[in-house]
Amino acid sequence: MERSLMKGNEALAEAAMRAGCKCFFGYPITPQTEISAYLAKKMASAGGLFLQAESEVAAINMVLGAASTGTRVMTSSSSPGISLKSEGISYIAGSDLPCVIINVQRGGPGLGGIQPSQADYWQATKGLGHGDFHVLVFAPASVQEMVDMVVRAFDKADEYRMPAMILADGLLGQMMEPVTFPEIKDNAPEKPWATNGHKNKREHNIINSLYLKPDVLENSVVERFERYKKIEETETDAECYLCDDADIVVCAFGATARVAKSAVNHAREKGIKAGLFRPKTLWPFPVKEINEASKNAKVLLSVEMSMGQMVDDIKLAINCSKPVEFYGRTGGVIPKPTEILAEIEKLGGVK
Amino acid sequence: MAVVFERPHALCDVPLHYCPGCTHGIIHRLVCEVIDEMGIEGDTIGICPVGCSVMAYDYFNCDMIEAPHGRAPAVATGVKRAKPDSFVFTYQGDGDLAAIGTAETVHAATRGENIVVIFVNNTTYGMTGGQMAPTTLPGQITQTTPYGRDPKIQGYPVRVCEMLSTLSGTALAQRVSVDSVPHIREAKKAIRKAFENQKEKRGFSIVEVLSTCPTNWGLSPIEALDRLREEMIPYYPLGVYKDITAKEGE
Repeated sequence: MERSLMKGNEALAEAAMRAGCKCFFGYPITPQTEISAYLAKKMASAGGLFLQAESEVAAINMVLGAASTGTRVMTSSSSPGISLKSEGISYIAGSDLPCVIINVQRGGPGLGGIQPSQADYWQATKGLGHGDFHVLVFAPASVQEMVDMVVRAFDKADEYRMPAMILADGLLGQMMEPVTFPEIKDNAPEKPWATNGHKNKREHNIINSLYLKPDVLENSVVERFERYKKIEETETDAECYLCDDADIVVCAFGATARVAKSAVNHAREKGIKAGLFRPKTLWPFPVKEINEASKNAKVLLSVEMSMGQMVDDIKLAINCSKPVEFYGRTGGVIPKPTEILAEIEKLGGVK
Repeated sequence: MAVVFERPHALCDVPLHYCPGCTHGIIHRLVCEVIDEMGIEGDTIGICPVGCSVMAYDYFNCDMIEAPHGRAPAVATGVKRAKPDSFVFTYQGDGDLAAIGTAETVHAATRGENIVVIFVNNTTYGMTGGQMAPTTLPGQITQTTPYGRDPKIQGYPVRVCEMLSTLSGTALAQRVSVDSVPHIREAKKAIRKAFENQKEKRGFSIVEVLSTCPTNWGLSPIEALDRLREEMIPYYPLGVYKDITAKEGE
């Protein structure tokens, strides 16, 4: 199996092509631009399409168009650009179209900064646009997971006919790590619903999110939520590290989880029973996994590159059965292992 | 008995929701006649706007997509780039195309996106009850210009074909009208030319069709046609603004 040293953004782009992504529509924004640059170089010779749109708004609507034809399609942006895409994401979800959206997060709100952040957790998991809908949200924590999760995102988006998001951050996008590309197949299923020309062989297909009769619209939303329920039961994923006997379970995702893991190791060296719970899917949130991971814990500590956007989900997942503390840095500041260790020590009773 | 006139196959046999006297029905029919004559229904994908023709997906027999407001040219770009051998058209009103969707329209044209845009200009937002459109004429009374559009306050109406004719990617920019039989025949020729351009991969083709809105203009259908002729055509002259297939001197 080939092993290469690659930037997270480039590895993700390569994996998307191998997963059968045939169209990519993007717009430049730091710190995700390497995805566009890589695909601009490679897509055409691989029989795919790279197109730079005039805006993030146009790019996501080009995604809507290509997805309507049944084509595997992706777009990529960073925080302010994702806000611009949210209109289109709502329409894509309301039209039951599969696609993959990458958010290499940077600090916000507003123009914010260009350093790594996780402050789009709420947006990704609860508010990616108007109306009742969810998108699948995967949170990679390594360059290898940028590869593995984008492949999974394409498959699951097709399986459930819904958008899937990779919620990465500037650190994962920019860092280089060894990565392997497993045998990746384009697992795209048949899409009899696609608007790719009826060839005079079937009735015309319609891709649409407009339902003027309230009961018809309600039924379409309820049907979608029945799918979501199945996803919540079957698609959660998480890593549990030294959780079995842990008094303190640190909860962190993405790049922050790597820093937190170092802090957990340091704590163990000092005799503090700490563990790490790392959600790999943020929607659906791994509810049964976090309950299992924290069954012996006295306290949970959420560590994030935001002001604590994941805390409520943790509290709800464990039904507020244990205290959930928080430590975070925001605005593009990455928490240091020593800072997290100090928080663990505080909770572990070390003065 | 020989059938000399019938519904085009590409036009679904369903009641249209448009108001009496509205010319959307004529324009739908012209597009469908062209699709039938070229035998391309099975390869055609239409994109609806937001506006009065938002539900046109129920009226065209080809595959159809409903786009967000103003984004039809971007959606069409995605379809055409994914399926280059298909025929792709958008059907958009003036608010959709020339206000909220200006960027998508201009950039689809600059890219020479090989699509057809049917642009229905009736100088008002019909679906929401008759507000000022980017094409509303100076002095025209609408819900949001109750004292008439004053260019000093609300600016000037945009002439879309003139603007897009300056762009290198535009293959055809033509303004037509459906107020009379000769004009309707001219309109159909323009729509046919736009689809032929797509077949020959010539680039972006827009046909602007001057249309009436008796309901929101507060006029009878006949008075509305008179207004189109007397007030709209002088501001929006009919004609070919760009045609890359035209020979010198023609």
